[in-house]
Amino acid sequence: MIALLIRDLRLAMRAGGGFGLGLAFFLLVAVLVPLGVGPEGETLAKIAPGILWVGALLACLLSLDRIFALDFEDGSLDLLATAPMPLEGAVAIKALAHWLVTGLPLTLAAPLLGVLLHLPDGGFLWLMASLALGTPALSVIGAFGAALTVGLKRGGLLLSLLVLPLYVPTLIFGAEVVKRGAGNMAVETPLALLAAITAGAAATLPFAAAAAIRINLR
Amino acid sequence: MSIWEYANPKKFMQTSGMLLPGVTVLAFAAMLGGLIWGFFFTPDDYKQGATVKIIYLHVPAAMMAINAWVMMLVTSLIWVVRRHHVSALAAKAAAPIGATFTLIALVTGALWGQPMWGTWWEWDPRLTSFLILFLFYLGYMALWEAIENPDTAADLTAVLCIVGSVFALLSRYAVNFWNQGLHQGASLSLDKEENVSDVYWFPLLVCITGFVLLFVTLVLIRTRTEIRARRLQALLARERLA
Repeated sequence: MIALLIRDLRLAMRAGGGFGLGLAFFLLVAVLVPLGVGPEGETLAKIAPGILWVGALLACLLSLDRIFALDFEDGSLDLLATAPMPLEGAVAIKALAHWLVTGLPLTLAAPLLGVLLHLPDGGFLWLMASLALGTPALSVIGAFGAALTVGLKRGGLLLSLLVLPLYVPTLIFGAEVVKRGAGNMAVETPLALLAAITAGAAATLPFAAAAAIRINLR
Repeated sequence: MSIWEYANPKKFMQTSGMLLPGVTVLAFAAMLGGLIWGFFFTPDDYKQGATVKIIYLHVPAAMMAINAWVMMLVTSLIWVVRRHHVSALAAKAAAPIGATFTLIALVTGALWGQPMWGTWWEWDPRLTSFLILFLFYLGYMALWEAIENPDTAADLTAVLCIVGSVFALLSRYAVNFWNQGLHQGASLSLDKEENVSDVYWFPLLVCITGFVLLFVTLVLIRTRTEIRARRLQALLARERLA
């Protein structure tokens, strides 16, 4: 499993793209929004939590189809499916690898973009906390969506249509944590619910994703 | 005699063909009766005026929008567990109908909301979760369309439907958390002392019955069409071989 993780990470780094692209996209969103809504600090501060979360979510979405597509094309997914390791484990590892190259950098870069968007001081800690807790859910849910569409030639657009509605609860609780943090309110409830979604998704969705992959490989 | 007999397409076609004319007539009678009764023979509300009458379209459509998804969930589960093709085709047949009911509920709600709340759209939990439900329907139908192999499509959409149900439910409660509602509470609970006044309640009941029957009619017709399309493909394939 660890070998698979290292292999996936190496591929993501070397193939160029997956790693930097999401981050660059995130940065672009944070730059484009003030250009669109105007430079007033107050407005920006108000919408910053939502923009940062939506930006992170879209950046995550960008690289989802890479989770299984390349392995499907060159046949390594068939090998993984017939390997002694359960496919569910392989899916979980691949989602983890996806998180390490998208979710984690996004979490680390988010405070910087928070400065650009005039995020209130109280929000920074909770921005990082909510992204750190929430982006794994985005990766796991995304892996499920990618597993559903892996057999399709042009599955990219369909993948977003399938995955975005599934992201709704994560987005709501994630943005709520930052909003409350920025307003110096109690964040425990949404934070706990966000953690619950991540834990629940990580525990159950690999099974659904593995089932979908088996169907697609049939 | 068990319900699984109807998993046999031939048996299903026979029985549904026998039921269909009756159900269709009943559906149209109930809908016409309920709507005419509701629109022309009930008084205007003292606060909402004539706009209250949109309830006869809005409430049944909203109920069926959710029930259609539940039906898809059940038929998907049956497909996953027992691999009856009719079940998978029924789920496929129900999706566009459910999506249409969702759209009807959203549109009639907007038409009612404009004069009453002063806005076409409000990010209210109920409205938002219905919009999300609509997106789920779209994704489900798009997945059916995208996959060529019918069995693969049935399997994958069933998985999506099951996972989607969980997330749709989660979203329903998440949006509650995110915004307090403007939408009135349930007016038709079985366990409440006071519901909608009887004047509105009886025609509404007829309308709901009509919508349920309409849904059954449409699902039967569409499932029969799907089965026939499947047979046609089998025939064509056989001809190509011969």
